Amino acid sequence: MIQISHVSKIYKSGTVETVALNDVSFEIKKGEFAAIMGPSGSGKSTLMHILGALDTPTSGTYILDRENVEKLSDDQLAEIRNRKIGFVFQAFNLLPRRTALQNVMLPLVYAGVPKEERIERAKKYLDMVGLSDRLEHTSNQLSGGQQQRVAIARSLVLNPAILLADEPTGNIASSQAAEIMEIFQDLNKEGHTIIMITHEADIAQHAKRTIHIRDGRIVNDGNNHKQKKANK
Amino acid sequence: MEYTEIVTEAISTLTVNKLRTGLATLGIVIGIGSVIALISLGQASAQAIQSQIQSLGSNLLTVQPSGQNQGGVRGAAGGGTTLTLEDAEAIQKSSQITTINKVSPEYSSRTQVTTGRTNTNTQVIGVTPVYAEIRKVQMDLGNFINEAQINSMAKVAVLGPTVVENLFGENANPIGQTIRISGQTFTIIGVTASRGGTGFQNQDDIVWVPISTAQKQLFGASHVTSIALEAKSADVMVDAQNQVGYLLLARHKLSDPADKDFSIFNQQDLLNTVNQTTGTFTTLLAGVAAISLLVGGIGIMNIMLVTVTERTREIGLRKALGAKKKVIITQFLVESIILTFVGGIIGTGVGILASYIISSFTSFPFVISPDSIILAFAVSAAIGILFGWYPAQKAANLQPIEALRYE
Repeated sequence: MIQISHVSKIYKSGTVETVALNDVSFEIKKGEFAAIMGPSGSGKSTLMHILGALDTPTSGTYILDRENVEKLSDDQLAEIRNRKIGFVFQAFNLLPRRTALQNVMLPLVYAGVPKEERIERAKKYLDMVGLSDRLEHTSNQLSGGQQQRVAIARSLVLNPAILLADEPTGNIASSQAAEIMEIFQDLNKEGHTIIMITHEADIAQHAKRTIHIRDGRIVNDGNNHKQKKANK
Repeated sequence: MEYTEIVTEAISTLTVNKLRTGLATLGIVIGIGSVIALISLGQASAQAIQSQIQSLGSNLLTVQPSGQNQGGVRGAAGGGTTLTLEDAEAIQKSSQITTINKVSPEYSSRTQVTTGRTNTNTQVIGVTPVYAEIRKVQMDLGNFINEAQINSMAKVAVLGPTVVENLFGENANPIGQTIRISGQTFTIIGVTASRGGTGFQNQDDIVWVPISTAQKQLFGASHVTSIALEAKSADVMVDAQNQVGYLLLARHKLSDPADKDFSIFNQQDLLNTVNQTTGTFTTLLAGVAAISLLVGGIGIMNIMLVTVTERTREIGLRKALGAKKKVIITQFLVESIILTFVGGIIGTGVGILASYIISSFTSFPFVISPDSIILAFAVSAAIGILFGWYPAQKAANLQPIEALRYE
């Protein structure tokens, strides 16, 4: 599903070069639930941007769902993001003053889906995250957990190849964070591929696999299930 | 994304901050409104002046004696004594002149006119009956001067309404009463309808008497001060001017046209000059208004730039969710075009209203040319595109990562 090989990202500011990612390679298979962990400044945000086709690597290749992504134009990247990637952000990033339904329909608008079908599909996914009674609520009328569930519905609405979550519980009260993680696990059971970026170890525990990153390099890549067993 | 959706999306975005949207639009409203009002004002004043000039007679030529060169000193125009009644008769009768309909010799002078109690200084013109036809004089009371009164050198006078007002008071009927002109008693036989000022001279402040009476009884002169001619049509004005010119040169025994002792004024020349002047005037007014339109456009650009900065996160999100550059550009352009277009519609209304108010307070006609409205709409749409383009480009070129990170 995802193949990252020898990916480096170097930021240049004048004559100073900052290496954000240094020769990173890994593979994520269909149906995996992987967490990418690391302290701030480790390069995990840069990795997330490259995985999300928001940015292109300086060198190396990135294959997403059998397509090479590393050398595409801005508009081609926009299309990849639209069709293959579902984003869940830390700050939810819903459009203010728009209803839950309008927010979930937004990716469908850019995909050119006709209006009737948009409404139908958006309702279906809002129902799936348990918000069928909040369709006409605007984002400021919803709690943090509810907003994040709207964002999850929005990320799923075009049935993307991967779900990319960036600190999805970072701005949510812990009781609601558990609900969000449950939704992710349910989605994973249904076969969705999920990559989650976090710096919280207990949140990362919900994933099946954790990739530890530090100073732009992968320092550990292991199966959580086995580790849990080993811990017991 | 269908266009109706883009438009509804843009409208809902614009209605979020109503005050700001209103103020941005106001610039365009004032710009378009002043363009329309000022073009209308220019055209209305042009029409007013033209219709006044035309009300003095159409296809009119005026012959006046010109100052002659005498020992290197040039006399004042109109001050000469070289034109005579015989010249007028010759123009009327000559077989060489084929383009003239009517000939009106006139003797004009300013003098004191009194009743027993009141007096006024006014223009006294000695005329023939043709004068009323050529100069389109309408009678309010009584009759104009007739042929019999000329033959008998009758002491009768026709008064303009301003003269009546000055001598007898407002709305008086002076028919049958007498006035004294240069000490001689005249009986009033008519009052003309009001014609208003022409910008040159008040056409209502005139006393008309038979030309024979004016020449022989009042002023003791044998010449005329001008001869008004009506050409058969507007197309033969230049021919008429030439024919009359040659005839008068021959009659005055002048071989060199440079020595001519008369000038012929063509009403069309005057109209053209007026048109040119008012045209320049209108362009000038429109130019001033265009500056306010430009300022309005810059206001729109300013607001759109603020909007782009304010909505950086939104733009980043939209791009992350798959919006292509074209979609973002379209979204912002449509917003700015709606702003200017709404401003254009309101501004057109305001401009028409302003012109209407101006016309009701002045003697100008109410003129709105469809051209100026089409122009206003084209310009406001163009301003929307022109001043919306840069902010829209700026929005579309935002990098989604930078935009998402922006707080």
